[in-house]
Amino acid sequence: MKKINNTSEFNDLKRKIEESKSNQKTTITISSGTCGLARGSNHIIKAFQEELKKQRIEDKVELKITGCHGFCEVEPNIVIFPDEIFYQKLEPKDVKEIISETILGHKIIDRLLYTDPQSNQKFIYKKEIPFYKKQKRLLLENNLFVDPTEIEDFLAVEGYTALNKVLTELSPEQVIEIIKKSGLRGRGGAGFPTGRKWEITRKAKIKEKYIICNADEGDPGAYMDRSLLEGNPHSVIEGMIIGAYAIGASKGYIYVRDEYPLAVENVTRAIQQAKEYGFLGENILGSNFDFDIEIYKGAGAFVCGEETALIGSIEGKRGVPRQRPPYPAQKGLFGKPTNINNVETWANVPLIINKGPEWYSKIGTNGSKGTKIFSLVGKINNTGLVEVPMGMTLREIIYEIGGGILGGKEFKAVQTGGPSGGCIPKELLDLPIDFESLTEAGSIMGSGGMIVMDENTCMVDVAKYFLNFLREESCGKCLSCREGTQRMWEIVRDISEGKGKEGDIELLEELAEAVKDASMCGLGQTAANPVLSTLRYFRDEYEAHIKEKKCPAGVCKDLIQYFILEDKCTGCLACIKVCPQEAISGELKKLHIIDQNKCIKCGACVEACRFDAIIIK
Amino acid sequence: MVKLIINNLEVEAQEGWTILETAKFYGLEIPTLCYHEGLTPYGGCRLCLVEIGEGKKSKLVTSCTYPVEEGLIVRTDTKRVIQARRMMIELMLSVAPYSKVIQDLASKFGVTKVRFKPRNEECILCGLCVRMCHEQMDAQAIGFVNRGKDLRITTPFDIRSERCRLCGGCIYICPACQLRCQGPETETALCNACLTIEPTCLDYYDELQCWMYNAGRCGTCVREEPKK
Amino acid sequence: MDISTNKVNSILEKYGIQKKALISILQEIQAEYNYLPQEALIRVSEALNIPLIDIFGVATFYKAFSLKPRGRHTITVCLGTACHVRGGPKIVEEFERNLGIKVGETTKDNEFSLETVNCLGCCAIGPVVVVDGEYHAKTTIGKVKTILKKYQKRKGE
Repeated sequence: MKKINNTSEFNDLKRKIEESKSNQKTTITISSGTCGLARGSNHIIKAFQEELKKQRIEDKVELKITGCHGFCEVEPNIVIFPDEIFYQKLEPKDVKEIISETILGHKIIDRLLYTDPQSNQKFIYKKEIPFYKKQKRLLLENNLFVDPTEIEDFLAVEGYTALNKVLTELSPEQVIEIIKKSGLRGRGGAGFPTGRKWEITRKAKIKEKYIICNADEGDPGAYMDRSLLEGNPHSVIEGMIIGAYAIGASKGYIYVRDEYPLAVENVTRAIQQAKEYGFLGENILGSNFDFDIEIYKGAGAFVCGEETALIGSIEGKRGVPRQRPPYPAQKGLFGKPTNINNVETWANVPLIINKGPEWYSKIGTNGSKGTKIFSLVGKINNTGLVEVPMGMTLREIIYEIGGGILGGKEFKAVQTGGPSGGCIPKELLDLPIDFESLTEAGSIMGSGGMIVMDENTCMVDVAKYFLNFLREESCGKCLSCREGTQRMWEIVRDISEGKGKEGDIELLEELAEAVKDASMCGLGQTAANPVLSTLRYFRDEYEAHIKEKKCPAGVCKDLIQYFILEDKCTGCLACIKVCPQEAISGELKKLHIIDQNKCIKCGACVEACRFDAIIIK
Repeated sequence: MVKLIINNLEVEAQEGWTILETAKFYGLEIPTLCYHEGLTPYGGCRLCLVEIGEGKKSKLVTSCTYPVEEGLIVRTDTKRVIQARRMMIELMLSVAPYSKVIQDLASKFGVTKVRFKPRNEECILCGLCVRMCHEQMDAQAIGFVNRGKDLRITTPFDIRSERCRLCGGCIYICPACQLRCQGPETETALCNACLTIEPTCLDYYDELQCWMYNAGRCGTCVREEPKK
Repeated sequence: MDISTNKVNSILEKYGIQKKALISILQEIQAEYNYLPQEALIRVSEALNIPLIDIFGVATFYKAFSLKPRGRHTITVCLGTACHVRGGPKIVEEFERNLGIKVGETTKDNEFSLETVNCLGCCAIGPVVVVDGEYHAKTTIGKVKTILKKYQKRKGE
């Protein structure tokens, strides 16, 4: 591949790619990000490759292996272009039929179509499926058209056009003005205005500057950044190059968490390809601007998502956050001015340059512009990644896109913002999602994790879970955070074990305030949010645990009992076989009984019983 | 020179000073534990917290690490600061209940009960020993290992360190093992004194002269007989 | 365990005498030996001129590193929020019961190490269990024994 040296060569290449892509070949696009692979997409791919070869139609039908399409619940799935026929929950044995019936026979295979869990309606075309219909997939949609290993796929979807425009038509200051005007706010959680951050870093008087892409994505349940990096790495790289030009940085780092090997692999390859094509390196597109990117792998520390701890990690040290001021924009990586932005923030940049800040600022609400990608997970029917305009309500996301609660159960709460966030209850389902409204409700936007909880989720258990997470992930420097999370966890744990007493809730609240006020970094300052928000909306649940020693949701082991219903038990011996403690007694066709003294509440019996005969009291 | 306001007092500090250094220069007292003049500030014990800024944007920061800024508004004893400070002391007491230094702080700032189960670990991870070892004694034999609830100070692999010269600097500087409580009979023990002294300056002045906690500073209590 | 200082030296040579490369160097040593041997850390301390306690401090701070040899098979159970809500902790307990070890430990015969992770990003298929890089979707308590059997069989190879 010849390196592109200037704008006219770039435009020539674009034209060439346009022409080659314009012949309408049938394309089978298969979603193959990490969760697709975990569901066996590689077997489907192999089956397609073999069958296409067997039928000798490899030159007529293209198999495109892409990153995550976002509808994780129904993977492995494919989309057949140009009609956009959507087939889901595939197995290797379906491949032959797909090729013969749909590709060659132009017939739809009914059983592979998506069925809406609420209306039972079947959908043929992707754009009609409710999950996709209500989204505004400005960033994610390209995942369907881009094979992350092929830079030319990216070029075919307007890739590097924004960079070309920036380097030929705009000055760094003009770029910053555009980003400021768009209203883009950081997508990592804090929501700091991106343009202003760039401006401060640009104004720093030291010449050597750095930019960093924060791909640590530590919030459990959030994997938006992973899908962007795995599926469309160049979109992030392009954003970073533009940002570096605007800020005046010559070196960039992408800090990817250790737990994302495929993302690391795809970004590394993308950087290499970008270098080959001349989008990275010296004199990019003949503009005299030099920029290079290096990948840095995390080593398993949630706190390294905090920008100063991340800097410490790249410097080879313990990931301990640092006092601000001085802010990274003034004194960051290796002591130099550094601008850190989240993956999704960087991915928004080329979009804003291409479509213009006025267009962008029309999307969203007054204070929160653009779209946000959320990972909709938990007790929801349509688990997956959803990209919606800021301002859409929780109800729309959970019911219209998410398809409602798993198993038809009652919605209880949705947790946003990870361990720094809080739970939003039923009463606030019509809350429009934006930075301010979520903060007022006692949560935060966070990086985009949205965990749906139902009537069988215990909020005390949820608080305990997050506090346990935080006391392990805290760097440990500040007494308030280290001891505070430990002691809050102890109190909530005691409550969950039936050892709670009068005054515990008040002590918890007092301690939570102190931890919030006295801690230095974001982890400590928001550590109390899970407790405070669950107390705010579910205080009665805490009180039930303390006063009545009961767990209404049936989760806290010490407060529940497993009980076999006489009228439902068929005496099939299934539960007796799986019980690890031999706590169930009974004969064939006779009622089985659980010995409460031996029962360790492991749940194996409930899983084994096919007659719903075991309940939790 | 940088002009800022501490407790409504306009003060001048040198460029690069911290709020704590400025306060000390002016004789304004802010309690500290992990701070030591000869070592780099750490900001771990959270005792030296002060409130900066006003209104909604005000926040608590450690004065030992926060650099002075032109026009910065600092208040050392707001309700928020006092409540946070008390909780820090309570947390420290629950970890090192027999440390006289921490007990003195408790008396001084009105912490009279510990509502958390004591762990008797003695080490509050203030890091003074580590900084002493690295910066003053240049041995680099001990340091922080692990993180969060498992954070500890030890030597590499928990075995005798070759670099340790047995200088005793770590023991010398440790606030938890410095002085152990000797009981209520000790003559000059501060925790003893606070319990018996009643501020007498209210008999003479309209408001408390020692800001409620530094009993004895104005001298009124100590010189004169406590009046009932 | 007998470690070859040559391998450690070649890793050090790859990065040069750069203090900032410490974590990358440790990651490669971890990948090579499945843990961080004491001798390797001492060698790194000498080469980079960083006090051993600082190396030890970094090695113990990050969860990716292990100071004790990991088992031949590493079982990682996801305990992210979504997997937690779908019963992840019960899966962990079942593994603990079957292997006779607690999270973070290795079986006496060095065959299995049990770890947890705070989110792999596969929430749609939770609860997720990864064994040696192989993902197991929608794990149930009943499937635990099946998963273990699969890897125990490979023991003889």
